Amino acid sequence: MRAFTVHTGRAVPLDRSDVDTDQIIPAEYLKRIERTGFGPFLFDSWRQDPAFVLNDARYQGATILVTGPNFGSGSSREHAVWALEDHGFRAILAPSFADIFRNNCTKVGLLPVRLPEPTMRALLSAVSDDPSLEITVDLQAKRVVGAGVDEAFEMDDFTRWRLLEGLDDIGLTLRHAAAIDAFEQARPARLPSLPRP
Amino acid sequence: MTAEPRTLAEKVWERHVVHRAEGEPDLLYVDLHLVHEVTSPQAFDGLRLEGRPVRRPDLTVATMDHNVPTAPGAQDPVSVRQMEAMARNAEEFGVTLFPTGHIGQGIVHVIGPQMGLTQPGLVIACGDSHTSTHGAFGALAFGIGTSEVEHVLATQTLPQRRPGTMAITVEGDLPAGVSAKDVILAIIARIGTDGGVGHVLEYRGSAIRSLSMEGRMTVCNMSIEAGARAGVIAPDDTTFAWLEGRPNAPTGADWEAALLDWRSLPTDEGATFDREVMIDAATLRPHVSWGTNPGQTVSIDDVVPEPADEAAERALVYMDLRPGTAIRDIRPDTVFIGSCTNSRITDLREAAEILRVRTVVPGLRAMVVPGSMLVKAQAEEEGLDQVFTAAGFEWRDAGCSMCLGMNPDQLAPGERSASTSNRNFEGRQGKGGRTHLVSPVVAAATAVAGHFATPEDLG
Repeated sequence: MRAFTVHTGRAVPLDRSDVDTDQIIPAEYLKRIERTGFGPFLFDSWRQDPAFVLNDARYQGATILVTGPNFGSGSSREHAVWALEDHGFRAILAPSFADIFRNNCTKVGLLPVRLPEPTMRALLSAVSDDPSLEITVDLQAKRVVGAGVDEAFEMDDFTRWRLLEGLDDIGLTLRHAAAIDAFEQARPARLPSLPRP
Repeated sequence: MTAEPRTLAEKVWERHVVHRAEGEPDLLYVDLHLVHEVTSPQAFDGLRLEGRPVRRPDLTVATMDHNVPTAPGAQDPVSVRQMEAMARNAEEFGVTLFPTGHIGQGIVHVIGPQMGLTQPGLVIACGDSHTSTHGAFGALAFGIGTSEVEHVLATQTLPQRRPGTMAITVEGDLPAGVSAKDVILAIIARIGTDGGVGHVLEYRGSAIRSLSMEGRMTVCNMSIEAGARAGVIAPDDTTFAWLEGRPNAPTGADWEAALLDWRSLPTDEGATFDREVMIDAATLRPHVSWGTNPGQTVSIDDVVPEPADEAAERALVYMDLRPGTAIRDIRPDTVFIGSCTNSRITDLREAAEILRVRTVVPGLRAMVVPGSMLVKAQAEEEGLDQVFTAAGFEWRDAGCSMCLGMNPDQLAPGERSASTSNRNFEGRQGKGGRTHLVSPVVAAATAVAGHFATPEDLG
């Protein structure tokens, strides 16, 4: 996983609520068996509209997505996170996230930052008015600064540590291999299992 | 000493904790891992890269469902490549696979229960958000992303933060014509698409207890459409009767031991939930979604509502609907009966019942896609395929099909569907397609009437 410590960049305002992962990356692009190359298909349908904010030249190269509540709802497809990351986003700022999407972000190293609704309204308005504004997202200090905002955000210490260090979950879990072995020994034999094919 | 009263979800959670430490997520053991072709190839690649095996191939089952063709014809080479990758990975890592052409193939959330692998008290994971379906048996079932799929393959565990608990009690008798699908659509309309975020929903009350296992699966299936981490229903005699005799269900003394254990799972008297919602079953009606998320849903007797916010305004533009239009005046071009929400044998029976001696209105495309090849075979044994085809429906092979349009079963731009699936997101069933979510009964009646209708409307 890619580590995240501090990132400064310009932001794209996507002022919509309940943005589902079908919009972030439509199903027709999930047939790839690679983990990369999803960026060109990010928000594929909405990008057909020349007025869509990601088509606005003033936001080219922006690395922070500023958006509405319940971002990433629907399908569990991690491809949505890969597409955002592949496009160049490093952090998503929103009032709330869907659980699976948020979880997927923290496995990949794309930082999901929850900020209060009034702060988000202020950010959306500021970066809509001035695309050149830079925002700093500091995971070390758990703070978002810039575009007229200076606000702390919550992130549990364990997830924060994993992100700061760029640690892979499997490696962390395998530290508990003995506990997994012991758990398996104690499982009742009647639980369902399949013969090896 | 009397133990503190606990909820069903808490009991299942607690018995799966492999490792717990202050400030860390609990490490939960996964009893059953369901795998499909779309969210697994990168996970298997990850294993290969690190030289890791699948820890428990005997607790892992794979199928092909998302982009399988449901009719003969030329296949998309990119889909074929993904299905070949699934077959290769299953072979290399020793995982049981039910590929296309196999009688065991079907939608992952249909075949797990059908094989008797889905049992009360288990923790189940799958790289698909509708994994919540398995909660109908009193299992705790989580939809996960591909990184987590790799994690489960490698370790048979899943680090999870303890969720909140939320009770949704539906009390009373469901009126005639109101099905499980209407119950869950009404719940989502009530609590919203983020109403369950961070929580496991427990569906309770006499109306829930009265549902068949298929109906309970429909309800739990759409827990994710309310944003929930999972959905559960207490196992009871309906659950046990459905499971008994299935291929992987316990037998003999094991069955008796299992029953004893399963009967201890339901939420204890006096246990408290973080949140509670009450719904009066008698007030429920058949539901139809009008917008672009499952919360944008009304009763079939209603009209398209005035938009309450910008999201609703956008939805109305996308759906090409005007506020005040009666739902019954909306005319779909396509009717789709299928998906992990509504493709089981009882769904097909209920729809077929309405289509006996009736036909699909001319010009309307109608298709039935059974949830598994075994459901298909059973339906054919009962002659349901004859009923559907005589009425003018296409009768297809099993798969996810038009629920998400990864295979050729798609809506054309601007086309409108009545669909028994779970998501009415923009473009979900095909770019520019407009989806209205309904029950199988309403789907069948709508196909006959040519506009949204209940069976009673057909006279």
